Amino acid sequence: MAKYIGKRLIYMFLTLALIATFTFFLIKILPGSPVASADKLSPEQRAVVEARYGLDKPLPVQYFDYMFGLVQGDLGISINQFKGAEVTDVILSRMGPSAQIGFQGMLLGTVLGILLGMVAALRQNTWVDYTSTFIAIVGISIPSFVFASLLQYWFGLKWGLFPVALWKDGFMSSVLPSVALAMFPLATAARFIRTEMIEVLGSDYITLAKAKGASGSEIAFKHAFRNALIPLITVLGPMAVAILTGSLVVEQIFAIPGIGEQFVKSIIVSDFSIIMGTTIFFSVFLIVVILLVDILYGVIDPRIRLSGGKN
Amino acid sequence: MKNSKIFWLLSLVLVLSAFLAACGGGDEKETGTDKPDDKETAGELDSEQVLNLMESAEIPTMDLSLAEDAVAFNIFNNVNEGLFRLNQESVAEPALADGEPEVSEDGLTYTFKLRDSNWSDGTPVTAKDFVYSWQRSIDPATGSPYGAYMMGGSILNATDIAEGKMEPTELGVTAVDDNTLEVKLERPVPYFMSLMSFPTFYPQNEAFVTEKGDAYASNSDNLIFNGPFTLTDWDGTGLTWKMQKNPEYWDAETVKLETINWDVVKEPATSVNLYNSGEKDRAALSGEFAMQYANDENLVTDLEPTVFYFKLNQERKGEKNALANVNIRKAIASGFNKQDLVDVVLANGSLPATFLVPTEFAFDENKADFREVNGDLIEFDAEEAAKLWATGLEELGVEEVTLEILGGDTETAKNMDAYLKNQLETNLEGLTINLKAVPFGVRLELDEAQDYDIQTAGWGPDYQDPMTFIDLFVTGSPQNKMAYSNPEYDALVESAKGELATDPAARWEAMAKAEKILLEDDAAIAPLYQRGAMALQQPYVNDIIKHPFGGDFSYKWAYISGK
Repeated sequence: MAKYIGKRLIYMFLTLALIATFTFFLIKILPGSPVASADKLSPEQRAVVEARYGLDKPLPVQYFDYMFGLVQGDLGISINQFKGAEVTDVILSRMGPSAQIGFQGMLLGTVLGILLGMVAALRQNTWVDYTSTFIAIVGISIPSFVFASLLQYWFGLKWGLFPVALWKDGFMSSVLPSVALAMFPLATAARFIRTEMIEVLGSDYITLAKAKGASGSEIAFKHAFRNALIPLITVLGPMAVAILTGSLVVEQIFAIPGIGEQFVKSIIVSDFSIIMGTTIFFSVFLIVVILLVDILYGVIDPRIRLSGGKN
Repeated sequence: MKNSKIFWLLSLVLVLSAFLAACGGGDEKETGTDKPDDKETAGELDSEQVLNLMESAEIPTMDLSLAEDAVAFNIFNNVNEGLFRLNQESVAEPALADGEPEVSEDGLTYTFKLRDSNWSDGTPVTAKDFVYSWQRSIDPATGSPYGAYMMGGSILNATDIAEGKMEPTELGVTAVDDNTLEVKLERPVPYFMSLMSFPTFYPQNEAFVTEKGDAYASNSDNLIFNGPFTLTDWDGTGLTWKMQKNPEYWDAETVKLETINWDVVKEPATSVNLYNSGEKDRAALSGEFAMQYANDENLVTDLEPTVFYFKLNQERKGEKNALANVNIRKAIASGFNKQDLVDVVLANGSLPATFLVPTEFAFDENKADFREVNGDLIEFDAEEAAKLWATGLEELGVEEVTLEILGGDTETAKNMDAYLKNQLETNLEGLTINLKAVPFGVRLELDEAQDYDIQTAGWGPDYQDPMTFIDLFVTGSPQNKMAYSNPEYDALVESAKGELATDPAARWEAMAKAEKILLEDDAAIAPLYQRGAMALQQPYVNDIIKHPFGGDFSYKWAYISGK
């Protein structure tokens, strides 16, 4: 296990270096200057601004400077969104709200989705199953901003049960955005669990378990559910990263100071250091989650070995 | 089985909530017209003077020398103050200056006496604070986007200093003593007083800036103020901040509001919902919301001095195209219905533009609008456009012309360009228009490379004078990337900037003549519309003043009454 994780860690750093390199050069071919008012600056002033952010150096030098800083944990400073602010500070201050609504949305969506999927599988071809399928279709096909807008209008404005928007009332402010974010994982989990469980429930070992006199709940949870979890975890891992690292639309609709919205804006205004910083940050997140998912496989199903060798 | 009942219930709740949500979109209008009951008490001040407002973007910087965007300028206009300030009629009047300045006969030296006023830490604002601030902004080492832009060609030696040929200390601004500031100009500047109300010319406290070093302006704790309000609770990158009444402000007596709470809300629908929920007191309306609330009794409409126009590029990447023909340009400029454009497509209070210098923006000494001199210059006339077009085609020896409109990638921009394509193709036979919608940054690059035929562009003023618009299209201007050059136009602009600077009537006349040449004789650009802005404002909010340039709003005179 330790050997496996060690090997994976080395791969992770290599992947990260590749992503950073690739992103760095991609950004450099983006149109538009990060110096927002370039047309108002004299050549001398422009030179000062570019020198301040190291933009005057040859590209390879800029690259090595950046990578050197990165190794030391320095993500640089924002060029035009927040003049002079440390990118690390921007990311850390924006990460909290994104992570909170993402985590709550993921938890809510996955738990409800699993329950919905299980009940649909156990009551296959009944109205319970059809309702579950309907909810899954709605959750998959309607974008989260529609849910967000409707939740805001009804639960916020009309009924006054939750804040309409803004990040000011602690947990209450996070409820509606979390519910909006929960719809997609809910639908995905329900769909996967239903399909997998139906397959598992029809397999020989379940028939055997039934013959041995196992109870309904024992079959559902101990045998079928556990096996149905594997494919679900495969899709939930990357989905968790996408949700935890912020959703542009949901954050924007609820005026939440999140990282997703920040990332998109930095691309629009060519704020190189924020684009780089957030990309690297997201990548680290994704790489770690993928590792955790791989480790979880082994935990859930002992037949999956992380490394070959001894039995 | 007991569990199945729970699942039943759960499913039912989920289905029901999805159903309710799905039914919900329809009657937003109803809430929009909800009105607070008490409207009669306007005039009496409420005991609680708190205003709740929204901004559409974060503050990029609060360093006065580095500021360049509308959000920062709007804040500076309320937390700091310069020699002059735009009053309730948006006319520049003495603020930190103790009355009008003494002006030398040649119009090149201004001597300002300062009134007694303090920074928010209680130390006095002195003439040295102005000298320091202006020198800091013109110093190339600061990299100030507006320093050279606002001072160049006006304040003595500004251009040379910005280009690194002189030291910042040689700028034409001197502190004669603590209360006397002398400013030397390179040429007479008829709109100099309005410049003095622009944030770039505000003072900065040298001791404070130096003491804070790199931390200066990084958050509200590292800022100092001398205006009606102070900025608080701003962490440097966040979506929320406050303004509190500044007790040290010299005219604090006039300021009624105690607190203004700000939140950044980027989604137009969310800002309308926050307004309707009563959490916010004013919400800007755009696009569909402008139409939806067009008849709301709390609607306020402001005509902005921003004009949009087609830039007609006569040489795409160095090669002449059909737009090099003046009849082709004239046909395009008069070949689309502007009234329908503003009524149907934009529907936000905009005006059809038949001019470059906007209406209700610049006034002469008798308070007559600049627009009265020239009136309407290019109007929609399909018949005349078709004739000009036919002549143009004949002169070019072609029967068909294909042109590209380069525009923005926002929904409004796309709708507008699609409408204009349709109008032009319908009214001008043989014309094919291709639309190219790109992000702003890309548009700037294509403009720089002059790689477009027709471009939808706009301009808002930097000072209150027609010259801020007229100057855009002289030969070699950075905004004139469309191969337009007319020596007569250039000469008129030059004379208005030079020898006519001290003769207001002749200067006015010269600028009007230049505008006429640009639009009527040359059809160098085709005006589209003057932008209007709509907002919902709670009826208990009074006297928020909208300005045509610099900071958009003043809250100095605002108050709450009858909430």
